[in-house]
Amino acid sequence: MNIPMESAIRFGSVSKAFGSVRAVESLTFAAPAGAVTVLLGPNGAGKTTTVRLTTGALVADRGDIEVLGLHPKLDGDEVRRRVGIVPPKPAFYDQLTGWENLAFASRIFGSTEQAAYEAAERFAIDDALLQEVGGYSTGMRTRLALSRAVIHDPEVLLLDEPTAGLDPESARNVLALIRELAGRGRTIVLCTHLLHEAEGIADQVVLMNKGHAQAAGEPAKLAGEYLSDPVVVLDAENRAALQSLERHDGVVSVSWNGSVQVTLDTLDRLPDLVTYLVNEGARITRVEPVGATLEELYFEMQRTHREATT
Amino acid sequence: MSWDHVRAIAGADLRRLFKSKDYWIPLSLLGALFFVVIPFITLSVVGTIADTPFADQVTSIVGNLPDSIAESSPTDSPTAQAAYVIAVYMLAPIAIIVPLTISVAVASNAIVGERERGTGEFLAHSPLTTREIYYGKLIASLIPGYLATIVGFSLYSLVVNATLGSEMGGWFFPTTGWFFLILWVIPPFIAVAISIVLRMSARMRSAAAAQQSSSLVTLPVIILSYAVSARVISTPGSSAVLIGGIAWVIAILLSIRGAGKLKRERLLGVASET
Repeated sequence: MNIPMESAIRFGSVSKAFGSVRAVESLTFAAPAGAVTVLLGPNGAGKTTTVRLTTGALVADRGDIEVLGLHPKLDGDEVRRRVGIVPPKPAFYDQLTGWENLAFASRIFGSTEQAAYEAAERFAIDDALLQEVGGYSTGMRTRLALSRAVIHDPEVLLLDEPTAGLDPESARNVLALIRELAGRGRTIVLCTHLLHEAEGIADQVVLMNKGHAQAAGEPAKLAGEYLSDPVVVLDAENRAALQSLERHDGVVSVSWNGSVQVTLDTLDRLPDLVTYLVNEGARITRVEPVGATLEELYFEMQRTHREATT
Repeated sequence: MSWDHVRAIAGADLRRLFKSKDYWIPLSLLGALFFVVIPFITLSVVGTIADTPFADQVTSIVGNLPDSIAESSPTDSPTAQAAYVIAVYMLAPIAIIVPLTISVAVASNAIVGERERGTGEFLAHSPLTTREIYYGKLIASLIPGYLATIVGFSLYSLVVNATLGSEMGGWFFPTTGWFFLILWVIPPFIAVAISIVLRMSARMRSAAAAQQSSSLVTLPVIILSYAVSARVISTPGSSAVLIGGIAWVIAILLSIRGAGKLKRERLLGVASET
């Protein structure tokens, strides 16, 4: 996916502390306009504080934040008018119906009731709008929160753990909806600690830990930077014939758990390796280079940074 | 500041409030107790105690009251005069205690409640200004109390006139002083209490703590308003206008200051940690 160079959100050396707790420390990153940026990190990494700083709900102690060319500290109302947000635990007025909650949000954002209904339709919650939100399931609340977030057709969407507490099917549906929104050109910032959630959706990853951005960039570029050794899955009718592959040049390691995973120093070795194994009598049934998953990337980046700091 | 935003906040809160039976049933019972049950029993008993030692005690109290109060009664019967004094002067302060209790209960939960429910997060990220949120909450707290005043006052009038009307020669209530109290004095007193409580609601960590603290803070306001209302009813002239005027000025100043003090962080629940 092509990522436009223009940044919708830019953090420059931003810090925010709560008493002695440094929630965000010298955080620097940029979220390209029209792309999905995933803030990835464990609980307490500073993701939620970053979202709150983005809308100006919190004011940074130090550093510079720019959202759509505006400064949240000075132009907070305008920023918030152009940004939609789904908080980690979407909350509503439970005694009111879904429709009353949406109509309230619509009025606050200067939108129309028509837009509110269309948003509910898009996220398939329109059938439940006359029920009190107190009776909604977690999935229904998330869909209502997504509807509320797009009611004013925002240019930037901030999604903070949008699948938290959802069953796998609902979570998958929510991710599909996020992909759909991204396809419509919205700038999306997705906070998550779930690696599989970011997989396949992220145009850019910002790895956060203890308030810092440890690394940022497109997943493929980061994989190239952090995961230098490619992995290939091999199999053969006569597995015993594969035993000799450990002696071949360029084989870094071999894992025999279930399938045979071979780590090479470079993928260029693969044709020679296959020829060698065939010559050794192996009847090859599978040769499959494995693309780096975000999970591998995440743990490798964490390991690299741990080593760098010790 | 957008008044449409203020109305939206107040409207959502009021709609929520009137849907919460847990809230309005106890407060309705409280209002019914003070505006209907207690006055009805008290006035019925006083009207039927002629020629008893208790009647003598009551009439001696009336005899010790200022002449202007005793003379305001439309009847010469000592027992009826006693009933009149009780109805018009002694039960008067209930007209302010009940609405204050109701409004304070709403206001104490107004901001800390948003934080506890998590709905404060939505408000904090919305284009609403903190002033709009504050004034929306103030109006949403004021209206239930004042509505209780109007409804309770109407019911109380019915009870008083139905119980004592025949002895007073017809409908005699409400008196001028009561109109002053309801229309001019009570609204600013409720607003003063709400302004104080809203600031506490923004600062407290839990709704329970906000309710406990607010009841302590509003106790002096209730005592003051009790004294003031008795004064307004007995002398509904320029002094009543002045008292109401001062209360209005204090209410406006407190609400302006309170609106300026509300921070977006308070809605998220992180300001107390900074």
